[in-house]
Formats: sequence, structure tokens, C-alpha cells
Amino acid sequence: MGYFDDDDRVNGKAIVTGKAKFIAEHEVANVTHGVIVGSTIAKGSITAMDTKTAERAPGVLAVITHLNSPTVPGYDAGGNPVKGPTGGKGFQVFNGPAIYFNGQPIALVVADTFERATYAASLVKSQYQKNEHTTNFDEAGKSVVALEDARYKDNIRGEVDGYKNAPVKIEAEYVVPIEVHNPMELHATIALWEGDDKVIVYEKTQGVKSSQRSIMNAFKLKEENVRVYAPFVGGGFGSALRTWPHAIAALIGAKKTGKPVKLVLSRDQMFTMVGYRPFTKQKIGIGATADGKLLGITHEADSITSMYEVFNERSVDVSRFLYACPNVTTRYHVYPFNVSTPTWMRGPGEATGTFALESALDELSYALNLDPIELRLRNYAETDPQNGKPYSSKFLKEAYQLGADKIGWKNRDSKPLSMKEGEWMVGYGMGTGVFGAGRGTAKALARIFADGTLLVQSAVSDSGPGTATAMTKIASGIMGIPGNKVTFELGDSSLPPGPTQGGSTTTSTLGSAVYDVSMALKNKLVELAKENSIFHTTEIHSAKAEDFVLENGNIMLASNRNKKISYTDLLKQNNLNQLEVTEESKGNEEMKKYVAYSYAVHFVKVLVHPATGVVKINRVVTATDGGKIISPKTAESQMIGGVVGGIGMALMEEGVIDNRYGRWVNNNFADYHVPVHADVPHIEALFVNKPDLILNPTGAKGIGEVALIGFAAAVANAIYHATGKRIRELPITPDKLI
Amino acid sequence: MINFDYIKPATQKAAIDALNKDATSQFIAGGTNLVDLMKRGVVSPQKLIDINNLPLKSIEQQKGFIRIGALTLNSDVAEHELIRKKLPLLSQALKAGASPQLRNMATVGGNMMQRTRCPYFYDTTMPCNKRQPGTGCGALKGYNRMHAILGASDKCIAVHPSDMCVALTALDATVVISSRKGDRRIPFADFHRLPGTTPEKDNNLQRGEMITAIEVPDNNEFSKKALYIKIRDRASYAFALISVAAALDIKGNTIQNARLAMGGVAHKPWRLTGAENFLKGKTASLENFNQAAAISMKDAKGYGYNNFKLKLAPNTIVQTLKTV
Repeated sequence: MGYFDDDDRVNGKAIVTGKAKFIAEHEVANVTHGVIVGSTIAKGSITAMDTKTAERAPGVLAVITHLNSPTVPGYDAGGNPVKGPTGGKGFQVFNGPAIYFNGQPIALVVADTFERATYAASLVKSQYQKNEHTTNFDEAGKSVVALEDARYKDNIRGEVDGYKNAPVKIEAEYVVPIEVHNPMELHATIALWEGDDKVIVYEKTQGVKSSQRSIMNAFKLKEENVRVYAPFVGGGFGSALRTWPHAIAALIGAKKTGKPVKLVLSRDQMFTMVGYRPFTKQKIGIGATADGKLLGITHEADSITSMYEVFNERSVDVSRFLYACPNVTTRYHVYPFNVSTPTWMRGPGEATGTFALESALDELSYALNLDPIELRLRNYAETDPQNGKPYSSKFLKEAYQLGADKIGWKNRDSKPLSMKEGEWMVGYGMGTGVFGAGRGTAKALARIFADGTLLVQSAVSDSGPGTATAMTKIASGIMGIPGNKVTFELGDSSLPPGPTQGGSTTTSTLGSAVYDVSMALKNKLVELAKENSIFHTTEIHSAKAEDFVLENGNIMLASNRNKKISYTDLLKQNNLNQLEVTEESKGNEEMKKYVAYSYAVHFVKVLVHPATGVVKINRVVTATDGGKIISPKTAESQMIGGVVGGIGMALMEEGVIDNRYGRWVNNNFADYHVPVHADVPHIEALFVNKPDLILNPTGAKGIGEVALIGFAAAVANAIYHATGKRIRELPITPDKLI
Repeated sequence: MINFDYIKPATQKAAIDALNKDATSQFIAGGTNLVDLMKRGVVSPQKLIDINNLPLKSIEQQKGFIRIGALTLNSDVAEHELIRKKLPLLSQALKAGASPQLRNMATVGGNMMQRTRCPYFYDTTMPCNKRQPGTGCGALKGYNRMHAILGASDKCIAVHPSDMCVALTALDATVVISSRKGDRRIPFADFHRLPGTTPEKDNNLQRGEMITAIEVPDNNEFSKKALYIKIRDRASYAFALISVAAALDIKGNTIQNARLAMGGVAHKPWRLTGAENFLKGKTASLENFNQAAAISMKDAKGYGYNNFKLKLAPNTIVQTLKTV
């Protein structure tokens, strides 16, 4: 399958010129503004609320609390109407006085302007019965008891803690702090009821269908009566994978006032209301033979969740499948604290897990006096160590080679403290990223018009990776229509159901549907063409659909390109204004015999200043096996974005809660540091670019998660090489290196 | 944010009169800090007196000093030829501060008047003696990674966040203050205060006064060897963990005079007078630099999360002296 060369992001111009409308920018007539009031204690219950002053403030239409909130019918069941990450009863906004975390939404002020709503929100007063909270994660396993169920049973392959008997072994502990997604676009919801049982919602979401489902469940509405729009999403990184309480609050506010409500979170609310990567403490024991064959890995992790929901990202699992190793024990425990619920954040599970595993492997390579890549190659998994299944494709070796060659891995002196540039210590490090490559179910519609343009639709979100661009390329490649004549429409729940954008599966899942629907449309055109006089030969009639090629808006036989007919003529001759097909792609049976993963190998060169502990990431080369790269430009951008996130994770991101109050102390962009341009060096993103045609017909595996996974370890390993200091607690700020 | 009145007087006299007339009024210039504080409810002036119309945007060579109008933008000062040539330390410090966007709005006077970035000061649900005297210091036993190691009190361990002020302290600048009574001048080093028992007072500006200019001696001997080093958690747009401003007057290998100040360590820009005195007449050697750093840290004290500064600060002093 060929793709058109034009590699620009199809909506790039709209985005950079401000024409693209992000959620809060949609203009809705008579819109009012909702502002959430957060609790100031972390545990207890509300005993009284004074909303009178707020209600009397200018422009205020309603102040909604648990005392006067309209009923949310989905709360009746007692369960969680809004699909949470991995279980638990959920947080039902405005449905009772209980306080589970500091900053919990306790009231919604609706006013005619945002400023008036904000001011009135400051006037809402509440009294509490305070109970002793806990946000001190060091108490995990002490005063705070782990959740128990089948998911938290130890997982053992081979001998329990088999690493202990190995001749060479490493044992170490690692800490990954809370990290907050912080997409540039603030979370926002605009809710517009049309009568009692019908609602239109503009929602910052990575899945218009999953948001629609959550809203249907919460308000017990019919599918056709809930329409969710998210035509442009300004970054999500996982924070928009579910429907959060503030969205339900906006719907409640609109119901109560009878007017459309726009609710935009403030930056500080982005730290408490839309999830984060959970604090996780890990322990690794890893053992090998003297010649570097892994004998055992034990990987344990303690992570956190809220008091009302479970989040379970199983950060230890990566140790079960990345390397060939006979004895693997994993232990994973989750402890409830007085915090809001964490959620998937770019590279969930594996980003945290590989910081430990890939750091430990580096440490082991030094203990064995073996090159870190050689150690990985000696333990290269030829089949999935968990189940023995073959890989549908695996080009990790090629990725190691590609990256190592590019950065000049062999030219470095691998001894710690051996390299210098001026007074700066120089270090090279690498880390492997891995993430499952999946394929789910998706439906897409393709419609060709008599003017030769093509419309393809599916109800998905594009939170930044360039989904519309990749889909346009797939459809245009099959249909032989230039990209600028193809429109891919998304971000509307009324379109054919597409997947939620998460887990690096959009291109694989949706791409398959777009592939299938384009092929189906091609076949329909071929059938029409066969009846056309120009093709009226026996040769044509015995030809199969695949013998035809579609090029530049024309249909022809591959074996005889002289005879051709344009789509536009074909449709006109048949008196058709358009021709459309809808197809559902459900994955393939064949894949049950295989497993699929994407891989990224990150190579980093760092400079570390000996006296001040300042770390500069000087160069990054990231080599990726993500299957076929559909859209090279957006894929490269996605890898660069992941690496920038990785720089933040490695060197600066850390969410801090003051345990005395259970309250955030760095919930703003001045104190919660993400990389700025000056922190980001030239990043070279390379791709093996070999298709995985078992996984799906496009050959793409997905790259969004692996772009970040393994990067923090690569930095920590490079810092070790530069300084001889092994830092096992993120972020690696200057104080840890002096 | 509460509703407030807004006026934009055309003359200095009108601005000062307006300030004196209304006890809840406050000047606004660039607004890069004040607007944030108002949004968060930390301060709630009922009237803003916008002073941007006043003719206080200037950089002039006077006899023996350079006079900088209080409304001159941080970016304009940093890029001005006179400043780059004669006061490179000031130019470097300004460029190390904030981001280009903020420097394009922020004024010299506003930079001096910015409040601490202590999170307990910003969150109105937390205790803070600076915001609400008598409520206690949230940072003392809290998250105090960015906080003071010198000159603090048990009432307040906040730091002054400015980079520019560290350089001006080292450069022996003078603050020109105008009021209805006329002009007065105070040494820059005496402008900001230590917290003591009154951390609500950041500086010695009295009610009814306006900063109108800064006068910086243009001693040529300090312009050749001047360096501002700022250690922070990311390469730009982050407050200093530690910063050091150093200017040395060296003849041969002998230090004739030294000017040293530190940021990120105290409630005010911290002049290292002890180290300056020690270095005078000494050779420029690593040993002497180490000793100067040790002298500077004599009374330093950590509060937990910021203990690393006890090491980072002397390291940065030595690094700056070495490099300059």
C-alpha cells in the first residue's frame, strides 16, 4: 500500500492559526459559567455550608452542593456510573457530605460570567467534622493496609525469588513520585440540555464514545440522546481517558439552572481532579550468571490510590515479559490514601516499571563488566516469556543497532567518571521501552462524492498524535485520492463508534477500520467500473477487485493502465451523488496465536556539573520499532513529545503534598516543573519501520507510550556513567548530585 | 478576585496623591506578580493605581552612576548597551530571571516589590505569618525546599525571589524613593528586610511612597570580571535554588575588591560582606575561594527539605568565583 507524500498534519494549519476550536472555545448561545469549590480538608464530612453570600453575589444563578443538587439517577445503583480506571465505588459528586481528599469538589457556582462565578466561589463557606487523614505514602504497609483481592496475589514464574541464588545479583529500591499530566489545554466541559432526557456535551476527552457511555450511565439516558463533541483536544496524556466528577458537575449545573454551563478547571484543579501518575516505590532483585544470563528477577511495587476507587497499573508486569528469564516473581500492592484517584499517564505501568528494571539492568551490566546492550541481547526474548507465544513482529535488535550506531555508543569509554567536556562530566546511557501493541474494535464510514472528494468518519478523539493525518493517509493510499481531497471527520459521538485514544492502539485499531472501509469502498467502485463500457472486455469481467488499482482519482487494471475511468465520471454515469460504505473491524483470529509489543530504545548523552549538580541532556537518539510508520512527520513529533515528557519525568516532575494538610503545595506551572525549550536538546527519532501485517493490515503497532517508557532509566544510567552516582529516586534534581 | 477600582494618573504627583488618599489602594506597573496574587485572593486592593503613564522609563549615564527609571522594563534594562557594557552583572541577572514574556512586562520597581513565592503564602487556606500575621509559618516544618538558610526567623523562612535584586545588592545600588515629602535615598541592601517578628513587611518602603529610580555606581573595575550564576531545577523559567552574583577587581593575581551577593537563601538579597572583606588583598586561588564560601555559610541553617542548600550554596560561590 502506498501513501501520498504530503506529510503535513491535516489540521496543522487550523491549529497554529487558532482556527481549531478547543473545548472551552466553542460558542454556545446563552452559556453560563461554572466554577468548582474544593474542600480544604482531606478527610471528614461537611457539617454545614453557607452559600447565601455566594448566592447573593452579582450574576450568580445557582450554588449547588450536596444539599440541593438535582438527583443523578445513575447514583441510585450505589455503584460507579462513571467508568473508573479499574474498579471501586467511585466518587459521586454532590452526593453526600463525606470528604475523601483535599480539594474535593464540594460546590458548583454558576454565574453569568466566569469572573463572577469565580468571585462567588470564594464566598462559599463550609464547616467540617475533621478526621485524621493520611497522605504520607511512607505509611504504605505500616498504618495503611494494602487492598486485597485476586489481582494482588504474587505472580510467580519458576522459582520464587530465584534471583537470590544467582552468582551475580543486584538489589535496589526505586521511587517514582506523583507526576501530573498537565496537558496545556485545561480540562473543560460545556453541557447543554435539550429537555429532560437529551444533552449535548463538549468535553475534553480522549474517547467521545466512552464519555458518551459514562454520561448515559450517570443520567440514565439513551445513546441517541447524548452527543459528545471533542473535535480538537489540546493534549491528554491519559488525563482525558475517563469522565471525571467535574464533567458530571457541569451537567448537574446545566440541569439545575436550565442553561448551558461551561466549566473550565483552573490549573491548580488539574492536580486534584483529573488524575496523575501514582507515587510508586519499587524493589528489584535481579540475578545473572557470570556471563550475563538472567537467572531471576523479583520486582515488587507499592503504589497508591484514592479512598473510593482503585487504580491498578501493575508497574511490575514489564519484568515478566521484556527479557527471557526463567524465574520471575512480581508483587504489586495498592494502598488507599486521602488523595484523588490516579489514572493512566503516558506509558502507564511500564514507564514506572522500566525506571526500576532498566536501571537495575544497567547496574547489573557494570557488575558483570558487560556492555549494557550486550547484556540485553544475551537475554533477548525470542518468544513471549509469559506464554511462549511468538511475536507477530519484533525488531528490538534492529532498534538497539539503529540507535547505538547513531549516537556512537561504541565510541564512549564505558567506565564511570571517565569522560569530560570542560569541567562537565559526560555520560551516555540507554534504556528500553516496551508496551503491548493491541488492536480493538472500530467502525468507520467512507463516502465518496461525485466531485471526487472522500469523507471518512469515526467517533474518535485526536488528542495530539495526528490521528486524522494518519487516517487520511491510509484512506488516500487505498483510494488513490490525494490527501487534500480526503477529509477525516472525528470528535463526534454520533459518528460510527471508534476506539478511545489510549494505550497506543488508535492507529492499529482505527487504521484497520479505515483500511477495511476503504477497501470495501474500492470494491464497490470496481464493481461499478466493471459495468462501464470502457472496460467491457472479458479480461475485465474475470478480473478480481485486487487486480484493479486506484490512482489519482482513476480506476484501472494493474495489468493495463491505458484503460481507465475517473471516480467522478463513474458516479455521474450511474447518477450517483455519492457512494458510501460502513465497515466494522474486529481484529483478527490469527492474532490469537501471537503477541505484539512496540519497542523504543532511548539513548541519552548527559552533561553533569560536578559542583552544582546541574544536569544537561545534551543529545537524545530514540530508535523505535512501532511497526509501519504511517505518517512519518506526526510519528516523529509524537516520539519527540514522549522524550520531552521523559525529560520531565527524569529530571524535574514531582507532585508534592504537604502531609500535615493533605494538600498540594506545588500545584502550578511555576513550581511543578515541566521541561522548557532550554531543557530540550536536539532529539533524533529513528524508526525501524517494518510492518507488522499479522497485527493489522496497515502494519502499524503504535508508538505513543513507548516514546516515554524507559527514558527516565536512560537518563539515570547516563548520569551514573558521568558521575558514578546511581540515583534511584526521581526526579534527579541538582540536590541529589552534590 | 474582588471588584476593584482602576485609575491611570498622568503625573507622579497625582499617583502619589491617589495612593495617600486611599489606604486600600496599590500601585500596579507590569502586574506580573500582583495580578496573580489578586486572582488567588492573597491580596485584595480595592483600587489599582496604574503608574505606566509616568515618565519613569529611562536609562541615563550620570556622573559616576547609571540612573534607571523605576518603570524601565526588565528586558530593556538587560539589553541596554550602557548596562551590558558597564553593569554586565545586572544584565546577566535580569536575563536569568523569569521568561522573556515576563521580562517584557516586568519593571525594575515591580521586580523589587514582588512577593515571595512560598506556597504557604500563596494558598490562603494555609498558615502564613507574611500573609496573615499570627497564623504561623507553614513552611517552617513543611515543604521548604526553596526556602531560606540565612537570616530567617521562626516566624518566616521565605526567600525573596528576584535575580535582579541580587545583582543590584552586589553593585551597591541606591534606591530613589519619592513621596509627598520629596525624595529620599536608601542603599539597595537596606531596602528589603529580614523577617524577624514582622514578616508581613517585605521592605522598608513606607505607605505613601513610590520607588522612582535606581542609581548604580558605574565602577569600571567591577565591569570586567562579573558573573551571575543561577542554579535551578530547569534551564529557564524557574526560581533560584541558589544564585550568586560576583564582581571582582583583580590586579595581577590579587583581588583588590570583591562584590558578592547570593539569592535563594534569605528574605532579602544576601550580601556576602564577610567573604568580600576576606578576599580583599588575597590572591585569587581556589583555597581562598573555599574559605570565602565557608565564611559566607557561618550562620547558615537548614530546615529539612532545603538542607542541600548548605552544600549547594558554598559550591556555587566557589564555582562563581572560579569562573569569573
